[in-house]
Amino acid sequence: MGPLIPNDLIPFEWNLVIAIIIGIAFGYILESSGFSSSRKLAGVFYGYDFAVLKVFFTAALVSVIGIFYMDYLGYVDFSMLYVHPFYLWGALIGGAIMGVGFVAGGFCPGTSLCAVAIGKIDAMIYVIGIMIGVFIFSEFYSFFEPIYDGYFYGNITLTESLNISPYWFILFFTIFGIIAFALSDMVRKKVKKVFY
Amino acid sequence: MKIQNKHTYWNPYFGGFLLGLLILFTFYITGRGLGASGAMKSSVVSIVDTVSPEHAKNNAYYSKFIEEDKSSLNNWLVLETLGILIGAFVSGGLAGRISLKVQHSPKITSKRRLIFALIGGVLFGLGAQIARGCTSGAALSGMAVLSTGGFVTMLAIFGTGYLVAYFFRKNWI
Repeated sequence: MGPLIPNDLIPFEWNLVIAIIIGIAFGYILESSGFSSSRKLAGVFYGYDFAVLKVFFTAALVSVIGIFYMDYLGYVDFSMLYVHPFYLWGALIGGAIMGVGFVAGGFCPGTSLCAVAIGKIDAMIYVIGIMIGVFIFSEFYSFFEPIYDGYFYGNITLTESLNISPYWFILFFTIFGIIAFALSDMVRKKVKKVFY
Repeated sequence: MKIQNKHTYWNPYFGGFLLGLLILFTFYITGRGLGASGAMKSSVVSIVDTVSPEHAKNNAYYSKFIEEDKSSLNNWLVLETLGILIGAFVSGGLAGRISLKVQHSPKITSKRRLIFALIGGVLFGLGAQIARGCTSGAALSGMAVLSTGGFVTMLAIFGTGYLVAYFFRKNWI
């Protein structure tokens, strides 16, 4: 039963080999979907290209449906999977800062790496920026620490936060996704086209 | 002749479907999701640790990621990130998209694009530390397991993006 490495079904030594293989697939998929182009990515904020929304939401839906289905069938033990922790203000403030960074720079870290790989100089500058950002955070860690470590609610899922069955939530989430896909196509037809 | 974009990419639903399968596979094998900003954090920790080990050891944040007898670059996310670079290079190479250039809207200069790229990077790097993950590690991998933190981070990133998009419009449209 999965997850395989935490359950010692695959020896731990394979972990780093698997890391590279997964990374190659990740980079290949992102680049082939057009995520090495900042102008394509930024389209989601101006309505001229919704690739980000479509790729991101489709991936989230496929993975969440797959994980809960495999858990239901007994192929993976959900309780052993890592759930990203919930630090209320860290998520809100950090997310808001990332949102401004996304619109200003046109990349997020994963997509900037894809753009670096195909020679985009703006992406190289962006990655240097990220490292400066990490450096600033680390040097002023005591200033950020209250929101970094505070307002912690545990490694919780929406099942607990909203007190809803995961299956119902996934159904609503899927319907929401399909509506968003349809709306995005309507918006794109109305917005002036941008070519890049 | 109909004008169209220079590059044609995968159908976004196809790309999203494969990405979803990859996230599923990653959780099935490793019990965790994907990441991207983690490797950049490790790089910064490693640089600071090399330049001034004393400073790194005394800093409450760097010291979390420094282990004796083991480089801070020897971890899962750094190797995964190496893979991202290889995978994107292969994809871009096969499609004839590799070239050294600054990509920007014809309405702005390269210099302006680079300045905003730097500002954007600094903000994203800072935000990703505060939120303990970026669009990959926090939002995408978090959403796959219905993590509340992942969903809130995702809403904060895109919500703020839409709120401030107006002020940056000259760079893009």
